[in-house]
Amino acid sequence: MTSQRIGVSTVRLVVNDEPHELEVDNRMSLLDLLRERLGATGTKKGCDHGQCGACTVLLGGRRVNSCLILAVAASGASVTTIEGVGDGTELHPLQRAFLEHDGYQCGYCTPGQICSAIAMIEEAAAGWPSAVSADVGAAKVSLDGEEIRERMSGNLCRCGAYVNIVAAIADVAGGRA
Amino acid sequence: MREFEYVRAGAVAEAVRLVAADRDARFLGGGTNLVDLMRLGVERPGLLVDVSGLPLDQVTETPDGGVYIGAMVRNSDVAAHPLIRERYPALAQAILDGASGQLRNMATTGGNLLQRTRCVYFTDPTKPCNKRQPGSGCSAIEGDHRNLAILGASPHCVATHPSDMAVALAALDARVDVTEPRGGMRTIPLGDLYRPLGDRPDQELTVPEGTLVTGVALPPSPLAARSRYRKVRERASYAFAIGSVAAALDTADGTVRDVRIALGAVASRPWRAHTAERILIGGPATEAAYRSAIDAELAHAQPLRDNAYKVPLVRTIVVRMLEELAG
Repeated sequence: MTSQRIGVSTVRLVVNDEPHELEVDNRMSLLDLLRERLGATGTKKGCDHGQCGACTVLLGGRRVNSCLILAVAASGASVTTIEGVGDGTELHPLQRAFLEHDGYQCGYCTPGQICSAIAMIEEAAAGWPSAVSADVGAAKVSLDGEEIRERMSGNLCRCGAYVNIVAAIADVAGGRA
Repeated sequence: MREFEYVRAGAVAEAVRLVAADRDARFLGGGTNLVDLMRLGVERPGLLVDVSGLPLDQVTETPDGGVYIGAMVRNSDVAAHPLIRERYPALAQAILDGASGQLRNMATTGGNLLQRTRCVYFTDPTKPCNKRQPGSGCSAIEGDHRNLAILGASPHCVATHPSDMAVALAALDARVDVTEPRGGMRTIPLGDLYRPLGDRPDQELTVPEGTLVTGVALPPSPLAARSRYRKVRERASYAFAIGSVAAALDTADGTVRDVRIALGAVASRPWRAHTAERILIGGPATEAAYRSAIDAELAHAQPLRDNAYKVPLVRTIVVRMLEELAG
């Protein structure tokens, strides 16, 4: 990340294990960089205000809203998008679970739902509490339906496929929705 | 969005110097509020000084038994930290009650304190707003103010501070470390960071423009280990509060020995209920006493046409919270 001209910077990113170096307008979001410059259109633009979660990607392994991150501010980081969650031949278990449980209707929120759920399951495994955890100090988290719904509340589905989304995530998380 | 330059600061002194030298400069933390406001045309900086990578990213135990939170620690890391969960559960709960998992991973401690009101007129540059454009008028007083202030409002602005985290910090007697534009370092009680609304609602802080928050100190407190946060909102998750309370209570032999109460979504800053606390300390630990104490606090409430519901809402959640803490 260095600024040569006013408003333009060189950004270095590793996206789905592939390094990239490109000049971007400082105003460009990470979301627009992924879609418009790298052609990685799996990540979707919903509200563009951090309210819907359709743009969720993993930045350094953590789920974030890529619409509210300036590409220049992400320089140096590694990003995983929906295109990178599988191993190239096999689907990620969450992708398979969304298929098996019919966890979508139009599919627009699905990439964000899956990226979010991948990180959410890891957060729970690390013992992070949530707003519905009875004891904020408890060392272990059991991902029941209530916990999944709360932890996934940053991902909206306008088709209302929530019931099957929760079932798909519970299947992979080993809980019961 | 206006074109801007971007610089990544390597040290606090450098960050403060860069912002002090440019009237159009802003600090960039997690960006969850600032980037959105830039997209809306509310903020139009010419230079962003990225402070998110400054080495202020640790939660540490202090020698006195308190905890220090660096200003760049992400909200999710504060809420997940064992020291916070064990010693200041109200703070962990308040953070977890705010925003979404994605946003908490991005938002910084300092940025959370300095986030702007979500008043719909502030975020819409086509509408008059004294906070955004001094002297243009307040659209909310006669307009959509269902979720705006009932305490400490002025004829010029009725905005609320949207943070949950700051409400818990106010109850827990947090102190905020800042570095001012000329490099001077100060420690300020959280309650003194925010300026009363008055006739210049655009001037939100008591520190000069270009001041950087560097950390938050939580004093040791046996009371805090049993603190709690309760938030009421219009949907079950991922919404701003319409009323909230952070509290801690110590009782013995039916008497209140010590108490902390802070209210959220009722004022332009987290509202420490000093009046109620003074009435309660040394008095009986009964529902009637809790009720009359919070009524005294709310006696100065000046609800608007559509937000009077907040008075009984706050009364109810405070009384219930104190009963739970006493039980």
